[in-house]
Amino acid sequence: MIEILQYGFMQRAFIAGMLIALVCATIGVFLVLRRMALLGDGLAHISFGGIAAGMFFNVYPLVSALAFSVLGALGIQKLKQMKVYGDAAIAIFFSFGLAIGVVLVSLSHGFNADLFSYLFGSILAVSETDILLILGVGIATLAALLLFYKELFYASFDEESAQAAGIPVGRLNTMLIVLTAVAVVLSMRIVGILLVSSFIAIPASTALLMRRSFKQTIVIAAAIAIMSVIVGLVLAYYMDLAAGGAIVLVLVAVFSAALLHTKLHAR
Amino acid sequence: MDKGKKETVLELSNVSFSYGENLVLDDATFKVERGDFAGMIGPNGAGKTTLVKLIFGLLALDRGSIRLFGTDVGKFKEWQRIGYVPQKATSFDQNFPATVFEVASMGRFPKAGLMRQLSREDYMAVEKALGVVGMLELRNSRIGDLSGGQQQRVFIARALAAEPELLILDEPTVGVDAEAQHSFYSLLRQLNRELGMTLLLISHDVGMVAKNVNKLVCVNIKVTFHDISKGINKADLSCAYPAGMELVPHHHDRAVK
Repeated sequence: MIEILQYGFMQRAFIAGMLIALVCATIGVFLVLRRMALLGDGLAHISFGGIAAGMFFNVYPLVSALAFSVLGALGIQKLKQMKVYGDAAIAIFFSFGLAIGVVLVSLSHGFNADLFSYLFGSILAVSETDILLILGVGIATLAALLLFYKELFYASFDEESAQAAGIPVGRLNTMLIVLTAVAVVLSMRIVGILLVSSFIAIPASTALLMRRSFKQTIVIAAAIAIMSVIVGLVLAYYMDLAAGGAIVLVLVAVFSAALLHTKLHAR
Repeated sequence: MDKGKKETVLELSNVSFSYGENLVLDDATFKVERGDFAGMIGPNGAGKTTLVKLIFGLLALDRGSIRLFGTDVGKFKEWQRIGYVPQKATSFDQNFPATVFEVASMGRFPKAGLMRQLSREDYMAVEKALGVVGMLELRNSRIGDLSGGQQQRVFIARALAAEPELLILDEPTVGVDAEAQHSFYSLLRQLNRELGMTLLLISHDVGMVAKNVNKLVCVNIKVTFHDISKGINKADLSCAYPAGMELVPHHHDRAVK
């Protein structure tokens, strides 16, 4: 355990992984309760276009991915306001982002392992710059969630009453999906584009099985996510596994155990 | 309370509203004064919920004006002075992870303001509101684990926690059993008489409403207004129903004349 922390890349993976877990699990509780668990997946695919664009035009890929993801999030919100169904709006932008990515990849006649590191995550590829970006933006995202915690809670529970009480529900919804867009991009370095939504959907769904208060649900979701990152990274290091996959398998194992526990106790 | 000079809490003048070509409300005029227990009745689809949305400024008026505490609805900012118990309040996601106390505390959120934590004073107001509706003992229960009647009390506590001056309840007894409805109306009477709370109760249950309120607003596209504090007659109620429909009085304290 001590040995594993001697390596710079493992230290970076732990720091980034735990912060991302905290941010995504918190956002996840709000999204899962709003039946928007797959929004993260959609935004991750949109940001694939951003990664490819970054590589093609020689821009720092996480920054171009952030731009694609946030613009995609705002676009989805805009389409919803124009009466396009929410899941269809996600599907449209999802395909759009992915198509841009595929076209750019074909134009450059294939990128290389670098692109794969974004698709599947690679802790070895997490650079000092990545860490600084993840820390800075991750902490800002967390601060925004904490500052608007009670309003997000109210609007998730009962949008109509929250609106009648003068809470700016529309702007809060936009903020939540923009924060999701940001969280997704931060996560892709560790778990990869294809597995990003796991951090959003699984810890929240596991915590919801425990039937606690709202505050406890968020704390439990965050704890499950952070613990899964630690266990997953340790397993990945000692068993030479892909870190993203290992973390997600741990998350699924915890969820399954919680589900089994609930089923047994329900009888 | 000074009976001679009552403050007008809510005033509608010649309000009309259409969804496209479809006229939903035509020329609604009525007022609710401080200390009133006003009832709004009318069949389903008569425009009651539209009227509530207009009062909260969620829809724009076609014609006429709505004033809240003397201020035009378009300029009104002090929404914490109005409490709201929504229609289908109890049809929320029953698996939602929230305790009775957490739900009731939502009522203090607008008062505390954006980006602020609730204060000690806020928590005390929440406890007091839960006490008034008799739900303080269940404060740590999950909202979804309660009966419909209990949930409804929590939603009233949420509205009361904001210490509103006017409480608007939209079809609050839908999905609640008869016994719970009975104790619900006695809770409303208590709020009105003992705490002096001004109430506007929207319902399609003519009998229960007519029995409890002192002012009656009948909505059926056309809106008529009746002061029934000195008694009630058939015409007061029939306004909300199509011509020719018979009224069958049942379980009334005050007989329909």
